[in-house]
Order: sequence, then C-alpha cells, then structure tokens
Amino acid sequence: MIAQTLSGTFLQPTLAMAPDVPAGIGTGPKWVLLIPFLAALAACLNGVYAAMGNKTRLPAWTTVALLAVSFFATLAMAMGFDGNAYTVKAFDWIQVHGESASFIANFSFYVDTLTIYWMLFVTGLATLIALYASEYMNHDLGVSYCRFFAAFGLFVFSMACLVMGDNLVMLYLGWEGVGLCSYLLIGYFYKKPEAVAAAKKAFIVNRVGDLGLALGLYLAYVHFGTVEYSVLFSDEKLLAYVEAAKVGAFDQIPAMAQWIALLLMVGAFGKSAQFPLYVWLPDAMEGPTPVSALIHAATMVTAGVYLIARFYPVFLISEHALPIVAWIGTITAFLAATIGMAQFDIKRIMAYSTVSQLGYMFAGLGVLTPTGGAYHVLTHAFFKALLFLCCGAVMHGFAGQLDLRKLSGIRRVPGWGIVSLGMLVGCLNLAGVPFTAGYFSKDTILAEAFVTPGASMIGWILLLTAGMTAYYTFRVFFRVFVGPTHYEAGDDHHDHDDDHAHGEEHHHDAGEHGDHHADGFHPHAPGWAINTVLAVLTVASLAATGLYFVGGSKDLGYKTKHYADTMVSASTASYHSPYSAHAFHDDHHGDDDHSGDHADDAHKALAGVGPRGAIDEPLMLFGKDPHKVMYYVSGIVGAIGIALAWVFHYAGRKTAGECRMDGVARLFGPIPRWAENKWYVDELYDAIIRIPLRVASHLMHWFDKLVVDGLVNLAGMMPRVFGWFVRPSQSGVLQGYAAGMVGGVAILLVVIVLAVRLGGGS
Amino acid sequence: MLTAGVSEYGLPASVLAPYLFVSAAMFVIGLIGFLTRKNLIIMFLCTELMFQAAGLALIAFGRHHLGEDGQTFVIFVLCVAAAEAAMALALVVLLFRRRETLSAEAWKELNG
Repeated sequence: MIAQTLSGTFLQPTLAMAPDVPAGIGTGPKWVLLIPFLAALAACLNGVYAAMGNKTRLPAWTTVALLAVSFFATLAMAMGFDGNAYTVKAFDWIQVHGESASFIANFSFYVDTLTIYWMLFVTGLATLIALYASEYMNHDLGVSYCRFFAAFGLFVFSMACLVMGDNLVMLYLGWEGVGLCSYLLIGYFYKKPEAVAAAKKAFIVNRVGDLGLALGLYLAYVHFGTVEYSVLFSDEKLLAYVEAAKVGAFDQIPAMAQWIALLLMVGAFGKSAQFPLYVWLPDAMEGPTPVSALIHAATMVTAGVYLIARFYPVFLISEHALPIVAWIGTITAFLAATIGMAQFDIKRIMAYSTVSQLGYMFAGLGVLTPTGGAYHVLTHAFFKALLFLCCGAVMHGFAGQLDLRKLSGIRRVPGWGIVSLGMLVGCLNLAGVPFTAGYFSKDTILAEAFVTPGASMIGWILLLTAGMTAYYTFRVFFRVFVGPTHYEAGDDHHDHDDDHAHGEEHHHDAGEHGDHHADGFHPHAPGWAINTVLAVLTVASLAATGLYFVGGSKDLGYKTKHYADTMVSASTASYHSPYSAHAFHDDHHGDDDHSGDHADDAHKALAGVGPRGAIDEPLMLFGKDPHKVMYYVSGIVGAIGIALAWVFHYAGRKTAGECRMDGVARLFGPIPRWAENKWYVDELYDAIIRIPLRVASHLMHWFDKLVVDGLVNLAGMMPRVFGWFVRPSQSGVLQGYAAGMVGGVAILLVVIVLAVRLGGGS
Repeated sequence: MLTAGVSEYGLPASVLAPYLFVSAAMFVIGLIGFLTRKNLIIMFLCTELMFQAAGLALIAFGRHHLGEDGQTFVIFVLCVAAAEAAMALALVVLLFRRRETLSAEAWKELNG
C-alpha cells in the first residue's frame, strides 16, 4: 500500500506548482529580519571580541543590547500584526526545479500569531537571561566569556530560524542550530569530564530524534510536494484528510500521510526530552545555569511543543500520533516527577521538573488542547527560568553548593531577599497554587484530559503528578530557603583553579556574618544584574496570570477565552476539542456519541478553515464545567502536596541535613533509593544499548584484527619470506657486488660461448 | 660511408689483435683494481679504465668493419663518462664528509 501511494504521489502533476509567494499570503515588512539577524550579529561580534582578546564585559553588553533590540522588534511585529499571516524573505536559499515537481526552501520567515507568541518569550527571556549571565559568568572574563555569549547569540538566531522559518528546512536548520548551541553550552566547562560527557549525551540522544524529524520532513515533501508552511497548510489534500479525520475515517487517509506525524513526533520527543529520550536533559545541567534556564527550561526544549502545535493539522490526520503524544507526555510527566521527588541536587530537581512539565505540555497537545499546551509553555518559560536563575544565584553565591541537605534558611542571609522571593513565586507557580499562572495553564490541560474520551486515565495520572510536583517543589523551598540558617560551601570554594571558582570574591563580605563557618566561607550575595533579572521575572511570572483573563477575542468568528487561546487559535495550531465545549477530535470516536453530533461544527474550526459553530451542550465533569471543577480539584491536590512538604521537610527541622522525611522514606524500603538513582534508566540504556554495542564492537575489533589484518599482514609477509633467502647476498661490501657482477657476466659468457659452439657444431 | 683520407680497407685481423689485447689488458687491470682496492677514488679510476678499454675495443672493431657506429658510440660513452665522473666525484666528496674516510668498508651497513 505504501508503495502504491509513493508512486501515485510522484506522478501527481499538481506538485508542479509551488509559487514563490503563494497566493493568499502577503509579504511582510523587511525589518522583521532584524529579529534573527541581530542575534546572529551578536554572535559574530562576540567572535571578533574573542579574536581581539577582549577581557571586559563588552560581549555581555553587546549581546544584551542587540537582543533587547531584537525583542523590541518582536514587540513591534506583534503590535503591527493585522491578523493575516505573512512571509518575509531574506534570500533565495534552496530552489530545485524539476520537470514535474520543485523543491523550494527559501531563507524566509513565516509570521503568524503562533510565531509571534513564541518569539515574544524567546527574545524577551533571552535578553533578560543574557543580562543575568553578564554577572553570573564574570569569573570567566576573556575568551571564555566571549565564547559563552557568541554561543548565546547563535542560539537565539537558531531558535528564531526554528520558530520563524517558513518551511520545514528552515525549521530543521534552526533545530540543528539550537542543538549545536546546546551542545556547545552544556560543554562550556570543557575541562570538566562530566560536562563533556553530558554535552555528548545531549547531542547523541538528540540525533535519534532528529532522524525522525529529517524523515518526517522528507515524507512531507514526498506526499504534499512542498515543505513551505503557506502552501502545505492550505493544501487541498491535507484539508480533505482533516475532514476525513474528523469523522474518524482514517482508512481514507493514506498511511504515508499518517506516518509524517509519527516521524515528526519522534523529533519532538528528542528535542523536548520526552520518554524514552529524556535522559539527556537532567545531565545538561552541567552547563552554566543561565544556559539551563534559557535553553534547557524555557525555550529550546519547547521546540518539540512548537513543532506539534505548528503541524497540528498533520497530527490530526494521523490516527495514532496524538494518543501516543498524550501517553508519552503523561508517562514522562509522572516518571520525571517521581525521580524529582528523590533528588538532592536542587538544579537537578528543577531539571526533572522541566522534563515533567514538558510532559504536561505534550499531554495537553495530545488531549486536543494545543492552547493548553502553548499556554503552559509560556507560563512555564517564565516561572522555570525564574526558578533556575534562583538556583543559579544560590550556586553562584555558595561556591557551587546545590545539595539541599547542606543549605538551609537562605532567606535570612543578608542580600538574599530577592532570590528567596523569586524562588517562592516560582515554586507557587510550579506547584500550581490557585491564582498563579501555572495553576491556570495546568488546569486547562487537566480539564481537557478529563473530558476527552478515553483520556481520563491520563487525567488521573496528571492530577497525581500535579500533587507530586507541589511536593517536590516545596521540598526545595522549605529546606533551602526557610528554616534554621545553615550552609556549607560547595566544592568550588577551595578549588581556585576550577573553571567556575569564584576566587577572592568569597572573601569580600568577610565578617558580615559571624556564624559557624570554620573555613571562613561567606556566601556572596547576588549583584544588581542578577537581582534585577530575578525581580523582572518574578513580576512577569505573576503577571502571566493576567494573560488568562485578557486577550480573548471574537475576531475569529468564535470566542477565544484568553490571550494564548487567541494566539494559538489564529494560527495553524488552531483546534478546539468538541469534548471540552470547544471543538473536535477523538481518541475513540466510535464509542462516543458526541463525536458524531459535533463533527460538523467541529471540523470547521480546524486549521482556520472557517468559523466554528457554537456547541450547545459542553461536556460535563461531575455535572459541572470541567474547568471550574478542575480549579478546585487541582487546587486541593496542590495544597496536599505542599502540606506534605511542610510536614516532612519544614516542621520541626533543626538542621539542614535532617528532617522527618528521613524516617518516612525508610518506610518505603529501597524505593526512594531507586528513584534517587533515576529508576536506573541510564543503567538500563547502558545494558540494552551500550553494552551490546560494546560487545559487538569488540567482536568486530577482533575480527578486524585477526581476519582482515591477518590477510593483509600475510600478503605483506610473503616478500619478506622470499627476501629472507636472498638477503645475505646484499653484504654492503662494494667489492662483493662487483665480484657478483663479474661472476654473472662470466657465466653468461660461458653460456654464450657454449651455445655458439654447440650451435656451430650442429 | 667513408670520408676522405680514410683507407678504403679495414684493419686486417692481424693488426686488430694487438688492439684487442691492449683493450683486454686494460679491462682486466681495471677489474682487478676494482675488486681489490678499497679506496673509493681508486675504484672509481678503475671503472674509468674499464670504460676506456671498452671504448678502445669499439674503435678497433669499427676500423675493422669500416663502420662508423663504433666511433659514434665511443663519443657517447665519453660524454656519459664525463658527466658520470663529475657526479661520482661529487658523491665521493659527500661520502668522505660523512665518514672522514675514503674506504668503501665504511659503508658496509648499507646491506640488505
């Protein structure tokens, strides 16, 4: 069947036309190009600074300034957007014109609401985090400092290509670009073996996903004859498939078209650290904290969510893709939360929490609420960046100390007020405490999970995970930031040669606090840059709540509820589940009455095809509006998680290292230890992938050595053996050679004479 | 083709024989010298002696057969010998600089 489809597609004459600027899509103002190219300029300038041997903070200021301009350009792009998507071409890139089909991938950018939505927080956070990094990285002034900011600028450029690119090849370029920058920045401390190993791990695991993306790209071209969004998403074939998918007629959709989503999905799993490809993200915390905050929490890892949201119509036409996305997301969310509960390194806890929250986003996409997924991306970007930057400030100030058993009551240490406050706000958001942004975005996903048929199991698991999230989040807060003040310096304190040793800085404030630190260690409080960024992010995290109440629109022909909803609904990710009193799709269309009822209304909502009809009776959860029910349920679950953290990690705690949880953990036997060891997933991969590979490579090695090399060496040995017989004749004595020659000539003479004699005789 | 002033008769065999004897003697002297002496310059002179012995025989036979090939060939041999002499002496000088001796024994390690 696939073979038939293949040949059918190749022969289709409709593939011939792929106009340069497709009908219906206008071109936008050229200054939009500033957004990616200013970031690229920052990267180039930092390279020049490195070559000039700059040892000042100039690279940081250059980067911050250029990224800020880039952010304001994005803001201007958002303000000036009139609701119609447009493209802006930088230059012709790849143009292959064939007889019946052509492959066009220009270096051009596609701007619609989804692009704007994503770019706003990417450039905004990049600017803030670059400012934070200007202070955070100041122990490394010089070439390393330039190197950091060069990679930083390159990252923003790549991310812009990924999000703004108007075709799959641009997306792929950005995808690989952010992967490269991630690799470079994880391995920033390249003298540390763990950092190098983590960088390689990130790169290699991402390779698995990228293979899926590359194949998906290829298949999309083969099937639809284009990789340009503007052509692809208005392709009649795709629209027809979407219609078919709405009524559950997946048998009318060619298997090859369904495979596109499944392959793109693998790419998304790799980049967004979903099970089973999530293992690289926790290790990526070896990189400097600003990198963890920007790349490995707020922006790059959401590329997978962006990919699925952007290609939502393509995912809808695949029978299994969205259910798989939902389940993988759920499994990831739950698994990462269990691991996060048992870790002691606060940065690692945040890393697992990122994996877990990314799982929520995927689950949201999978249960038919791209809005919920995208809204959670935005809120998560702010509060997780904030949490990471707070952890980074702690790490920076306490000489690399990240163990929550060795830090306590930081709130009372002078100069740590803003960090503690920021941490509190971040934790409240992450835990989903009522009326925070994280609460609303998580509720959207949870509510949709409960009302989407067949997905209620997903809902229950996610709800349980929400409780676990609240617990591990506040476990960090209660242990590190409140309680009796006590702290120990990290390893960097004595190791002045180390890459992130802070040298003399520790001693600046000697004498300010005379507590129990025999080694004379005093944490140095964050400076103005870090505090400013933390303050801005704290406010932004709080303000993100407001986005839930503003920005609703009726311009699309139906009512959108809030800013994120409007932005997502007006883009290619537009979709509203019929089950949630908003639109349609089905994990299990057959067994649900509503899918039939609402299919007509619902399919119009897809891909911006047309106005969505009103749905008369929204699905109910316990007889109420599911979102309203979820406000209470998840609020209570979050409160239980926080209460447990309070009881076990705060109440009655006298020291940094001991708490009630130690006793409780013992009740669970070896389970906490297994969780602390990440359920031995790394070891499992070791056993099923690395060890067989290693054994196989050893076998190959010996085959090569014995058989292949053996044959070659045998051939080489033959002349040597022959030479062994005649070698003694080469004595090195000149007269010997001459005598040999004379003898030879004499023999020849004798032979000739004899021959002549005999010949003459006959 | 004979040129003016050259006898139209070739050397008779009786006259040829002494030339060949001298040539053979020169060759054998050169050969023995080459085989018995260790000094590189002497050995080189011996090879020149053998060269000239061959040249003498060629000219004698050329006169015997009234051909011009022998003489032509000898002119070539002389040219090559001159060039080869320049090179061989240069080599000997270089070899001497390396070992501070002219003995061929000094280069014995260049064995197989």
